[in-house]
Amino acid sequence: MPLFWLRVALTLYGVGLLCAVVTLWDSRRRLMGVMLPAAGAGIVFHFVSLTETAMSDIAPLSSLHQIESLLAFLLMTFFFVIYARYKTASPGIAVFPLAFLLTLSAQSSILATDSVAPQVSVSWTYMHVGLILLGYSALFVSFFASILYLIQERNLKAKGVGGFWSRLPALATIDEIGYRCLLVGFPFMTFGLIAGSVVAEARYGARYFSDPKILFSIVMWVLYTVLLYARWSAGWRGRRAAYMAAFAFGTAIVALAANSLSSVHRFIAP
Amino acid sequence: MNFKLIGVNHNTAPLEVRERLAVSEERLPDAIRMLVEQPGVDEGMVLSTCNRVEVLTSTRQGTDLRGFFPRYFGLSPDALNSHIYEFEQREAVRHVFRVASSLDSMVVGEPQILGQVKEAYAVARGLGAVHSALDALLSRAFAVAKRVRSETAIGSSSVSISAVAVQLAERIFGSLKGRTVYLVGAGKMAELAARHLVSHGAENILVCNRTHERALQLAEAFGGEAVPYERLHEAAERADIVLTSTGAAEPLFLREHGEALLSRRKNRPMFFIDIAVPRNVHPDLGRLDGMFVYDVDDLQSAASNNTAERKREAQRAEQIVELEVDRFAVRMKSLHVVPTILSLQEYCETIRQAEIDRIRGRLGSITPEQEAAIEAMTRGIINKLLHMPITTLKSTAAGPEAAEVHDVIRRIFNLNRDRKGEDLRKESPAKKETED
Repeated sequence: MPLFWLRVALTLYGVGLLCAVVTLWDSRRRLMGVMLPAAGAGIVFHFVSLTETAMSDIAPLSSLHQIESLLAFLLMTFFFVIYARYKTASPGIAVFPLAFLLTLSAQSSILATDSVAPQVSVSWTYMHVGLILLGYSALFVSFFASILYLIQERNLKAKGVGGFWSRLPALATIDEIGYRCLLVGFPFMTFGLIAGSVVAEARYGARYFSDPKILFSIVMWVLYTVLLYARWSAGWRGRRAAYMAAFAFGTAIVALAANSLSSVHRFIAP
Repeated sequence: MNFKLIGVNHNTAPLEVRERLAVSEERLPDAIRMLVEQPGVDEGMVLSTCNRVEVLTSTRQGTDLRGFFPRYFGLSPDALNSHIYEFEQREAVRHVFRVASSLDSMVVGEPQILGQVKEAYAVARGLGAVHSALDALLSRAFAVAKRVRSETAIGSSSVSISAVAVQLAERIFGSLKGRTVYLVGAGKMAELAARHLVSHGAENILVCNRTHERALQLAEAFGGEAVPYERLHEAAERADIVLTSTGAAEPLFLREHGEALLSRRKNRPMFFIDIAVPRNVHPDLGRLDGMFVYDVDDLQSAASNNTAERKREAQRAEQIVELEVDRFAVRMKSLHVVPTILSLQEYCETIRQAEIDRIRGRLGSITPEQEAAIEAMTRGIINKLLHMPITTLKSTAAGPEAAEVHDVIRRIFNLNRDRKGEDLRKESPAKKETED
C-alpha cells in the first residue's frame, strides 16, 4: 500500500523538520545526528512508496498528489546531494518544510479520480513531468541559495562576526550551490518542456501554443536562460541574481498554478 | 593515591627554555620509562607540546619530582626552578582538567591540545606507565574537556586581528586554498597578517610597496611576486584579498576603482582588509555589491566582541572544571577507603571460615540443608556487624573526619598488619567499589 510507506516517510520528514527547527532555535543543541538519518530514511521509504505507486494499477502521475509526492522526493534528494557535496545543511531550512507540506498533502490521497486521456503517450508524459519537476527543484534550491547569499552578504557588511547567521556556509559556497543548481536544472527544464511539447503537439496540434500555461512556461524558460547567461557571462550574483532568480521562480510557480486556467494541460482529463 | 604534576608552559617559561625541555616523539617512551623508575613514582606520563612540557605522576607520599627535569635534560636545577610550576592532588587534577579543556592554552579554546593530551596518554598507557589512578584521572579529563566544548562556546571564536581577518576571509571565500592575497604596503603588521592567511591556505602572494626593495624582500619571503608601485591598481584585479597598510594620506582605493575591479573580475567578491590609519580604502567602496571592506576599527571591534564573548565562555568553562574537580575528588576519596573495606571483609571472612572449620567436627553428620543454614547464619551475622563500619567509612570518606574514621577502623580491626589487604589495594579497588 503506497500510502502507508508515504506516511512513514512523512513521519520521518516530520522528525527531521522538528530537529531542524530545534537546531535553529538553540544553536547549542546539535541534532544533526538525528535530523539527517531521519530525513535519509524518509527518502528511502518515500522511494518505496513511489515505486509501489508506479507498479500498481493507479494511472501514473495522474493526480496532483502524485506530482506533489514526486516533487517532495526530488527536493529531498537535492538536499542530500548538496549536503554530500558541500557539507552544509542550510538549504534544509527551506527544503524540509516544503517537502513536508508536499508530502502531507500527497498522502491524503494518491488515487486519481480519472486517468489521463488514453491517446497521450505515457512514456512521454512521464518524461515531461519528471524532468520538469527536477527543473523546479533545482530552481527552488537556487532561488533559496540566492536568498541565503543576500543574508550572508548583508551580515558580512554589517561587520559582525558572531550571531545567528554565522552558521551559514561561506558566501562563495552559497554562490556555488546557487549556480550549480541552475546549471543542473537547466537541461532538465529544457528537455522537460520539449517532452511536454511533443505530447501536446501530438494531442492538440499547434493550438497548444496559445494556452496560458504554455505561455507562462515559455516565459519562465526564457527567464531561466537569461539568468543562467547573466551569471555565466557577467558573474551576476548577490542582489541582481537574487531578484532575477526570484522572478524566474515566481513565474515557475505561476506556470505550475496555471494548470487550473489551462484548457489543454490538466492532470485529470476533462 | 597522590597526584603530582610539574611542568613549564608558555606563561612561566620563554621559548628558549621550552625548546630545551621539549621531548621529541621518539624520545618520549624513554622519558616515561625513566620517570616511572624514579623512587616513589607509581604511574607517570609526559606531555610535550610547543607550549608546554609537563610531567604528571601518581606517587607515594613524599616523592620529590623537581629533580626530574634537571636530571633528564642534564640542566642545572637553578636555571629551571624559577620556570617550573608544581601542583599536587586537587590542584594537579584541576590543572589536568584545564589543560585538556584548552583553558590553559595560549589561545584559549584552541582544539589541538586535547588531541595532544590523548596522544601522550596513549603512549604512556601503551608502556604500562599509566594504569589505575592516572587512568581514572585522564579518562575524567577527556570527559570534562568534551563537556566544556559542548556546553560552552569556547572553541568557536578567535581573538587577534589577524585571526579575525582569517575568519572573515573564510566566511567570504570558504576555504582560502588557492586564493590570492595582495599586500599593499609591506610593514610588519601586513607581514604578520599575511603569514596567518598563508597558514590557512592562501597560496599566491602579491606585494606592492612604495620602496620596491622591501616589496621584493617580502615577496621572496612568501614565494610571491613583487608589483611595481605604478601598477598598484592593475594588480589588484588578480587578488581576492587585499591587505592595505600604507602610510598614504589619501585613500588609494576609491569607489570607481571598486567598480572597475568588479567588472573586470566578473563580479567575483573581494575582501579589503585595511589596517592603515588614515585609511587606504574609501568606505564607499564597501557599499558596492560583492566588495567587503573592513578597517582597523571593524576588525578590532569584531576581535573584542570575540574576546568579551570568549571571556564569558571561559568563565563558564572554569566553573564546569571546578565542579568536575570536586566530583573527582569525592570519587577519589571514597576510592581510597575501598582497600580498607575489602580487608575488613576479608578479615571477618577468615574468622568465619576458621570458626566453622573448628566446630564442624563436633556437629557430626548434618544434612546439606543444615550446612547451608549455618553458612547463611554466620554470613548474616558478619554482614550485619560490618554494615555500620562500612557505611560510616563510605559516608565520611569525603568529609573532614575521613582520615580519623579510617584510622580508627583499621586500628580496631587490626588491619594495618594485614599484608594481603595491601596487595588487594593494587589489584582491583575500582571494581570492588561498584559491587558494594
